[in-house]
Amino acid sequence: MNIHEYQAKQLFREFAIPVPQGGVADTAALAEQLAHSLPGQAWVVKAQIHAGARGKAGGVKLAGNAREVSEYAAGMLGSRLVTHQTDANGLPVNCVWVEEASAIKNEFYLSLLIDRDSERLIFIASAAGGMDIEAVAAETPEKIVHVKIHPASGLQPYHCRQVAAALSLAKEQQSQLQNIMTGVYELFLAKDCSQIEINPLIETADGRLVALDAKINFDDNAVALHPEIAALRDASQEDAKEAEAKQFDLNYITLDGNIGCMVNGAGLAMATMDMVKLKGGAPANFLDVGGGTNKDKVKAAFKLILSDGTTKAVLVNIFGGIVKCDVIAAGILAAVEEMHLSIPVVVRLEGTNVELGLSMLAQSGLGLHTAEDLNSAAELVVKLAEKAV
Amino acid sequence: MSILIDNNTRVICQGFTGKQGTFHSEQALAYGTKLVGGVTPGRGGSTHLELPVFDTVQQGVQATGATASMIYVPPFFAADAILEAVDAGIRLIVCITEGIPVLQMLRVKAAMQGSGALLVGPNCPGVITPGQCKIGIMPGHIHTPGKIGIVSRSGTLTYEAVHQTTRQGLGQSTCVGIGGDPIHGMNFIDVLSRFQDDPQTEGIVMVGEIGGSDEEQAAEFIKAHVSKPVVGYIAGQTAPPGKRMGHAGAIVTGGAGTAAGKIAAMAAAGVQMVSSPSDIGAAMRGCF
Repeated sequence: MNIHEYQAKQLFREFAIPVPQGGVADTAALAEQLAHSLPGQAWVVKAQIHAGARGKAGGVKLAGNAREVSEYAAGMLGSRLVTHQTDANGLPVNCVWVEEASAIKNEFYLSLLIDRDSERLIFIASAAGGMDIEAVAAETPEKIVHVKIHPASGLQPYHCRQVAAALSLAKEQQSQLQNIMTGVYELFLAKDCSQIEINPLIETADGRLVALDAKINFDDNAVALHPEIAALRDASQEDAKEAEAKQFDLNYITLDGNIGCMVNGAGLAMATMDMVKLKGGAPANFLDVGGGTNKDKVKAAFKLILSDGTTKAVLVNIFGGIVKCDVIAAGILAAVEEMHLSIPVVVRLEGTNVELGLSMLAQSGLGLHTAEDLNSAAELVVKLAEKAV
Repeated sequence: MSILIDNNTRVICQGFTGKQGTFHSEQALAYGTKLVGGVTPGRGGSTHLELPVFDTVQQGVQATGATASMIYVPPFFAADAILEAVDAGIRLIVCITEGIPVLQMLRVKAAMQGSGALLVGPNCPGVITPGQCKIGIMPGHIHTPGKIGIVSRSGTLTYEAVHQTTRQGLGQSTCVGIGGDPIHGMNFIDVLSRFQDDPQTEGIVMVGEIGGSDEEQAAEFIKAHVSKPVVGYIAGQTAPPGKRMGHAGAIVTGGAGTAAGKIAAMAAAGVQMVSSPSDIGAAMRGCF
């Protein structure tokens, strides 16, 4: 789960990580008031969306007076911001964060995340702050330092000294860095984060280390343990179909093709998308209906797939194990009949009682296409989708 | 021979009296698994499915001599259940539970170090040695005893591989679903090394997916240590970066963990890669 920068900065304050003074506004008038009440001679107006690279997209503006703050806020609020991290539709800007402008002397990068290979939390830091860290990692990996934390030891002072040395910090900043890393580490554990990123972490002209930006992701598996984090969810920033799918206990991800896919199991669902692509088509979605499936789930899945009208054909790929193929076929038939589907549907069933399941589909008179294996099913659905375009 | 489990393996079920635990314990018993009891805190002393119920794993181990455990407890109780099994001396712990917080698994793995216990999963279909012992949620009847070892991060893709190797007349020695979570127990290498040493296993199917670098490490291992034929498949070539594809661990981040990289590494290690999961059985057949 993602949250906004202003929410992340609030959490930073709770864990004693310094951030610039600022406030959140959902109207231009409120943004202007903030500028009057905040310290400083200039202010930064930042569009709040669940994506990065806002600066280049016009979502971060420096204002020299309160009137400019109001103008920039008015321009952002109510618009959709497209950055290279969003899709072409962008994300809605419903509020802006206004903060005092900082006098920047140095920019660093600091993040904490889970390293799968070592099964440790790992701090990643770089003196090349404010830049895309993945580009830094690709071009100048020597500028990045990694510090792994064993869960039994927790964060130790030497971890912080290692990072401070890599960033060539002066003595006054070393203790500040230790406080910041301690706050980040404690926040990560307390709220079950999956990533905390400060890019840039700045040294101000007067020698203070401050988190100029704040990005926090949370482990979806743990959000239910933290109601105060769950309350930070902003549905306007999430894909509507993906949110709806969650209510039906379906795993759904929107893609940009026109062939709907309905599959049981995450691995098989990925494999099905891959086969559609391999045969020259484009999958409209990833959809895992779960191990055991039934009529209601199939119906909910069809509704999701068909809801935006761009889907030209559907491929259903189910392996019947404990739930037998004839039971699955009955579920598909009931769902298709009730929904009066008008686009071609190709069903590939495999597993227990597959012959019975396939003959039920073939004899239904509902015009369903069946296929023997995933290869031929993918080939057929791509052909049918091309005809329908 | 087989790996990890056989018809002598004594198994207990944690979360025994719950809906999932009950259903899959019934299935395991019907398959012939030597299930000797179960654990549900607060229900000790009663019987369920005509087997004894214990309050703690330790009591269960003392009374039954169980060496393996299958875990069907809800996600926020699973870390506790795994560590309880480790502490009670269980040698093989199969955790089916999906949705365990990653930080909890991180602590579990660190705490397990040096215990000698093996963990399979979490978020996995389990382990089966066909005709002998089934610990997990896989449909037993699609399996048949034979010579192919199967190791996979995905449930239904494992079943595809099982079904096809059954139809090709090859059968399976043991099938291990290592699970779809980013932090998990046994990895590909742990299973591959056992298949290499197992005389019954003559060929290996390895099914991976995007995310992490387990497949790349396995490829290095195969190149150096596996002489048996390996057929491989990787799911997720079309997955967009930064999105979790159902499994918590199936995510491409920062250009790492891509399907293309894994396929190239495995092919370079001599693994016969197939582009469709439908071709796994035929490719394996072709190796004999």
